[in-house]
Amino acid sequence: MANRTIVASAPHVHGPLSTTRLMGDVIIALLPALAVSVYVYGWGVLAITAVSIGCCVLFEALIQKFLVRGKQTVTNLSAVVTGLLLAMNMPANIPLWIVAVGALVAIGVAKMPFGGLGKNPFNPAIVARVFLLIAYPVQMTSFAMPSTEGFADAYSGATPLAAAKAGLLNFAEYDALGMFTGNMAGSFGEVATLALLLGFAYLLVRRVITWHIPVAILGTMAVFAAIYGAVSFDTPHLVSNFALFHLIAGGAVLGAVFMATDYVTSPMTPWGMVIYGIGIGALTMTIRLWGAYPEGMSFAILIMNSVVPLINKYVKPRRFGSKK
Amino acid sequence: MMSLFYTIVPLCAIGLVAAIVLYFVSQKFKVEEDPRIDDVEKMLPGANCGGCGFPGCRGLATALVEQEDISSLYCSVGGGDCMKAIADYLGKAAPVKEPQVATVRCGGTCEKRPRTSTYAGTKSCAIASSVYKGETDCAYGCLGYGDCVEACAFDAIHINPETGLAEVDADKCTACGACVSACPKGVIELRKKWPKNRAIYVSCVSKDKGPVTMKACKAGCIGCSKCLKVCEFGAITIENNLAFIDSTKCRLCRKCVAECPTGAIKMVGLAPLPPKEKPETKEN
Amino acid sequence: MKTFPIGGVHPSDNKKWSKSKAIEVMELPDVVTIPLAQHIGAPATALVKKGDAVKVGDKIAEATGFMSANIHAPISGTVTAVDLQPNGQGLRQMMVTIKREGDEWAEGIDLSTDLVKECNLSSAEIIARIKEAGIVGMGGATFPTHVKLSIPEGKKAEILIINGVECEPYLTSDYRTMLERGEELLVGTSILMKAVSVEKAVIGVENNKPDAIKHLKELAKDYNGIEIKALKTMYPQGGEKQLIAAVTGREVPAPPALPIDVGAVVCNASTAVAVYEAVQKNKPLVQRVVTVTGKSIKDTKNLLTRFGTPVSALIEKCGGLPEGDNRVLNGGPMMGRPMSNLQSPVMKGCSGITVISGAEALRGEPSACIKCAKCIEACPMGLEPYLLAKQSKKKAWGEMEKNDITSCIECGCCQFTCPANIALLDYVRLGKQTVMGIIRARNAKK
Repeated sequence: MANRTIVASAPHVHGPLSTTRLMGDVIIALLPALAVSVYVYGWGVLAITAVSIGCCVLFEALIQKFLVRGKQTVTNLSAVVTGLLLAMNMPANIPLWIVAVGALVAIGVAKMPFGGLGKNPFNPAIVARVFLLIAYPVQMTSFAMPSTEGFADAYSGATPLAAAKAGLLNFAEYDALGMFTGNMAGSFGEVATLALLLGFAYLLVRRVITWHIPVAILGTMAVFAAIYGAVSFDTPHLVSNFALFHLIAGGAVLGAVFMATDYVTSPMTPWGMVIYGIGIGALTMTIRLWGAYPEGMSFAILIMNSVVPLINKYVKPRRFGSKK
Repeated sequence: MMSLFYTIVPLCAIGLVAAIVLYFVSQKFKVEEDPRIDDVEKMLPGANCGGCGFPGCRGLATALVEQEDISSLYCSVGGGDCMKAIADYLGKAAPVKEPQVATVRCGGTCEKRPRTSTYAGTKSCAIASSVYKGETDCAYGCLGYGDCVEACAFDAIHINPETGLAEVDADKCTACGACVSACPKGVIELRKKWPKNRAIYVSCVSKDKGPVTMKACKAGCIGCSKCLKVCEFGAITIENNLAFIDSTKCRLCRKCVAECPTGAIKMVGLAPLPPKEKPETKEN
Repeated sequence: MKTFPIGGVHPSDNKKWSKSKAIEVMELPDVVTIPLAQHIGAPATALVKKGDAVKVGDKIAEATGFMSANIHAPISGTVTAVDLQPNGQGLRQMMVTIKREGDEWAEGIDLSTDLVKECNLSSAEIIARIKEAGIVGMGGATFPTHVKLSIPEGKKAEILIINGVECEPYLTSDYRTMLERGEELLVGTSILMKAVSVEKAVIGVENNKPDAIKHLKELAKDYNGIEIKALKTMYPQGGEKQLIAAVTGREVPAPPALPIDVGAVVCNASTAVAVYEAVQKNKPLVQRVVTVTGKSIKDTKNLLTRFGTPVSALIEKCGGLPEGDNRVLNGGPMMGRPMSNLQSPVMKGCSGITVISGAEALRGEPSACIKCAKCIEACPMGLEPYLLAKQSKKKAWGEMEKNDITSCIECGCCQFTCPANIALLDYVRLGKQTVMGIIRARNAKK
C-alpha cells in the first residue's frame, strides 16, 4: 500500500497561533519603547539589553540541556521576552555584571526550577528585578537623567516618584508632557509612556492580550489616586494632576501592559483578570503612598501572582446558557 | 526586661487559650475507630493500588475489620501469606485465592500485523480506540500506546519497542488488575499463575472470522477449533471465532500448542512437545 | 450583524475549492453497503434477507423504537448479504449489501422535478411521512427529524430555524443546495413550520455566502413568515445552540435542557429539502449532496450521491487521492470523523469528504501550556478547556463534571487555537465520554 491514511480525531486543522508567534509579538510591541530609550539615554541601553537577552537565552539553553534535559525549548522566544523585560526594568547606567546576575536569577531561580515556561508561579523578570533591588540597592536606584549625548552616567537624578515621596514635587506644575514622552529619570524601559501605549495598542490589535488587566490596573490606580488626592488637595486641578502623575510616573504602564499580563502568571478568565488588575492597582498605590519604596509595581505584581491559582480556581468564565 | 515579659506572657496566654479550644473541639468531633484498623493497615503492603476495589489500603483494612465474612476481600499484592496473617490476627477465616498474573493476549507484533494507517493523534489507547480501530486491520488487538503501563503501580508492564506490544514482567506483577481495567480493548486477562511463570494461553482476542483475521494478522486465532479437539481437559472453548483456554482447567499438557496452525497459542517457560510422539500417554 | 455571544474562531473557510461547482449526479455504484446505524439512537432492524429483490425506495430496515429511523434501498437489485462489515473507522457493524440491477424505483414515488407548493396535511400527518421517509439531521448530527419535530407535552415551539450556516470550512453541499434548490427549501420550510405549528421561520446564513442570501431573500418574498437572516461569519455558528443564540438571542441552558426549552426547533437546510421530497413527492431519503474537496483534490465536486456508495468511488470521480499520506474525513476539517477504510459507504450524515494532504495532515508537536487562556476565549460554551484536559489526564472525572464537561459540543475551537499545539479536545472528549457514561450509570441505578 503506497498511500496510508493518516488518522487523528477532529479538529484536523490548526489556527495560525503559536507560542513563538505570541512571544514575537510581545517583542515587537516593546520595540518602540526601546527605541525611545535609545534616543533618550543613548546607545548604552542597547548593551544592557543585549547582555540581558543573551544571558537569559544562554542560561535557559544550558539549563534545559544539562539539568532539565529533554527537548530544547529556548526557540519559543520566551527567554528573549524575559531578558528584554528585565533589561527595561534597569537604570540606564547599571553595571553590566549586575544585569547578568539578574538574568541568572530570572531564569535559574524563578523560571527553570519550576519546570520552565508555563510552570513558574512568579514573573521571572520581576523576581529578578526585586532581587537586584534588594541585593544592589545603590546601583538599582541611581537613575541616569535623560540625555541625548551618549552614555549618561554623568548625571544622576531622582525619579519623579522618589521626588514626590520626598515631598519635592509640585503637583501644580510638573512636566506631564515630558514624562509622557520619556523625559524623566527611571528604569530605561518605563519612561516612554507614549511608546508603551503604542505597544499596548499593537498587542490588542494582534489579540495577544485582552484589555482587562492593563485597564483594571491603571483604572484602579487612577481612582485610588483621585480619592487620595481629593482628601489631600483643595483644587480639582491638583487632584486630577495627582492622578495623572501616578499613571505616567514610574513603571505603571510598563508594569500594567507588559509585566502583569505575562500569560503564565496571570489569571485565565476575564473576571479573574479584572480582580487581579484591581489588586495590583490598589497594592501599587498603597506602596507608593504609604510604603517604604517610592515605586510598588513590582511588589504588587509579585503579591498578586501568588493569588492567581486561587483566582483561577474560583473565578469561572460565563458559561453558555447561564443567561436568562 | 519588661519587653521580654510583654512578649512571653501574651504568647503563653494565646497558647493556653488555643490549647483549651483545641481540646474541646477534639472532644466534640472525636471519631471512635477500631484500633485494629490501624494494625491491619500496617500488615497490608501499603501500595494503595486500588486492586482490591477500595480506594486505598485503609479502605480494605476497614472492610476486613468490620465485615464478618471476609472471603470476598482479597489483597492480591500481599498474597496468601499476608491474608492469612491478617485473618489470624482478626480471628476470621482467611480468604483464599489462587495466585494470578496479568497476561497480554495479543501476538500481533509489527511484523505479523502490518500497519495500514498512521495514527497521528494523542498516544493513548483510550483516545485512539475511541477514534477508530487502530493502525492495523485488526480491530481487537493491542494498540501499544501504553495505557496499561501508566496504570501499573508496580512497574510490571511495559511496551516492547520491537513488537509494539505490552509485555508483563510476571515476577513484578501482583495481579491487582489495574492494567485489565485500563485496557480499552480488553486484551489483558488475569490468569492462574503457575510455578516458574509457566503459561499456555491463546494470544489473540480477535472475534473476526478466520479469513478476516488472517488477512489482518499472521498470529491471530482463526477459530479453526483444532485445539479444541486435542484438549483432554475441557479447558478450551470457542466462541465468536475465538479459542479461549480456561486457565483453571488447563494442565499445561502442550498439545494444543502443537496443533495451532497460526501460532496463536503461546507457551511460556515450557519446552515444546517432541514433534513425532503424537499418540502419547498423558502425564499428570 | 449578529452572531453567538461567547467564543468562536475564524478558520480559513476554504470554500473556494468547490463553491462554484454545480451539483452533479454521481454514477450509480454496482454494489452498495447500507449500515443499519446511520443515525443517533437505536440501529434500525433489517426487513430484508439475502436473496430479496428490492427497488429504489423500498424500506429495507425499520426504526427500532421511537429514537431511531427507517432506512430505504438506495438502488434496485438483490440483497446479497446482511452481515457485519467494516465502517469508515474499520469497526464492524451490521450492513445490508445490495447488488445493483438497473435503476427501478418503487411505486408511488413522484420523480418529476415539478415544484409542488400546496400541502394540506396536518401536523401529525407530516411528521408521520417524515418518519416513514427515514429523515435525519443531515448537517452531520443525524438526529432523527421526526423526534425533533414531536414537541413534548407542555412545551411549545415559537420559532423554526433553518440552519443554512455551514460554518464548517471546505464544505459547500448546503450552499449549493440553497442556490440550486431554493424553492424546494422554502416549501420544505413551510411544511416544517406547519409540523411544529409556528408562524415564524428564520433561515440563518453566514455572510460569507452573499449570493445564497440574496437568492433566498428574492424567493422568500412569496412565502409567509420566512425570514432570511445574514449572520456574521464565525465558527461554530452551525452548532444548534450557537445558531439559536445568534438568531433569537436566547441561550439554551446547560444539558439536559433542549432547544425546545427556549421555544426553538432547528433543522438543517438539506434536511428541509429532504422533508419537501418526502412530504410532497413521497420520496424517501436515499441520496444526498456530498462535497468532495481538499486543496490537493484535482477536480472538486458537489455530488448527488446515493447512500451506500463507497467513499473511494467519489474520490476517484474527483481525480483520486493525492500522492503521499492523506487525512480523509467524513465531514469537514473541524468536526469531521477521520476514516481509515475508504471502501466504507456514504451515509445520511455525510455532508462532505474532505482530504487534507501534505504537512497539514500531521499534527504539530505539542509544547508546554503557557496558560494564555486562548482556549477559554475561543470556547463557545464558556468552558475552560485547559483545565478539563488537565483533569481528564488525571482521570479526575468528578472534577470534570463539576466544571460542566457535559456542555462541551466538541467543536474543536480550543484545540484549533491552542498556540502550544496541545491536543485539548482529545482529552476533553475522552473525559466527556467517560463522564457521560458515569452519569448514565448513575441514572440507571435510580
